[in-house]
Amino acid sequence: MKLLTVNFLTCAVKTCKTSSESYPLHFRDAQLEQNPQTFNPLFIRNILSRLDWSALTTTANELGLTAMLPDHNPADDMMVDSEGATEEEKNRAKDNVISEEVLKKLHTFLVDTAVIEGKLVCGNCGFEYPIKEGVGNFLLPPHLV
Amino acid sequence: MAKQYPQDGPGTPPANTLLQSLHDLPRGPTGEILTNMLPTPDTSHVSFNTIYEPSEDSFLLLDTLSSTTEVTWLRKRFASKTPYLVEVGTGSGVVIAFLTANAEQVFGRPILSLGIDVNANACHATKETVRKATAEQTAGSLYLGSITGDLCSSLLPGSVDVLVFNPPYVPSEELPALPGLERKYRDKFEHDSHLLALTTDGGEEGMETTTRLFAQIPYLLSPSGVAYILLCAQNRPEAVKSWVAEDLPKGPWLSETVGSSGKKGGWEKLQIVRIWNEKAAGNG
Ligand SMILES: [Zn+2]
Repeated sequence: MKLLTVNFLTCAVKTCKTSSESYPLHFRDAQLEQNPQTFNPLFIRNILSRLDWSALTTTANELGLTAMLPDHNPADDMMVDSEGATEEEKNRAKDNVISEEVLKKLHTFLVDTAVIEGKLVCGNCGFEYPIKEGVGNFLLPPHLV
Repeated sequence: MAKQYPQDGPGTPPANTLLQSLHDLPRGPTGEILTNMLPTPDTSHVSFNTIYEPSEDSFLLLDTLSSTTEVTWLRKRFASKTPYLVEVGTGSGVVIAFLTANAEQVFGRPILSLGIDVNANACHATKETVRKATAEQTAGSLYLGSITGDLCSSLLPGSVDVLVFNPPYVPSEELPALPGLERKYRDKFEHDSHLLALTTDGGEEGMETTTRLFAQIPYLLSPSGVAYILLCAQNRPEAVKSWVAEDLPKGPWLSETVGSSGKKGGWEKLQIVRIWNEKAAGNG
């Protein structure tokens, strides 16, 4: 299961849906695996705008991978509010290229790295979703359905 | 992988769309038909004791999602966004592997994809099917993985761009219970039969599981989101589509039959319904 998956998951328990604590789920006892894939800078650049950076930062901190993630989304540097921006600011944004080094780190973090064993824990209800052989189990026991 | 295009009948798309999908296929530089050439993923490693074997319905999904009309529609819809695709009930993984490996041809760009199945065996099989299908690819679609779950109950609301579901649609006396952690089986036969029944048996009118998924759609899809749901004749697709138009929350929702096969007595045995919302996507 790729690390980015937690950007798209929340607790399956109904009463947790309205709690901000149920997202992102938190890794516990996570065992990581590196599986190098072809580096595609364009793909990384294209998915930046759909990443929840603060949730990803939480995930990176929990896994001790803080160094892999810049402190803010590099895509934010590329966007300039067209209303308020001066010509100079707009030009600067256009010229602002995300460095290959940053993109490569993001590639390693988002594409190459997977969790093979461990748990994902809900910050609201504390339920632990087990991950075995890379597959997370989100089926709830009957008393929680 | 035989398919038939029925003439006008209940629930079929207008004749011109059918003609388009037959004759107006995208062609490569030397005139070769592109989407019909897309390879079907290899599932030879999958044990079908508890997992649904790719069948007419699975192949109808592949054919429909790679048809000219759908390819054109999807490319326009996701012209400026990397789509995040979720398949519910992946089984062997043949559909999600096809869409991940052939994303450039279908969506015009690489995608993010996630598989869900209620059977953990199916999740492991799917991982391998996707790995094999994407082994040669360098375009960079990212399969996030597969998770075990009850439909989309663990997915973040408002995130899914493309939802694909080949449900257990066969009408049955009973709806099989979900496999719980505490469930005990008498023997392997009972275990295997239960998991296989989950892949086919849909309870009343074959719609009990599909209806539960429909209830999640409005909360699950992103503003540009679209769902592809397979229905069989006994599911009463026309009634389902009217219900979607009139009663699905957070509408108005549009629906259209975009693929069908196995015409029998004026009815398609199977059809794929596309469900989407025009509110925020600005797509015509
Ligand atoms: Zn919870």
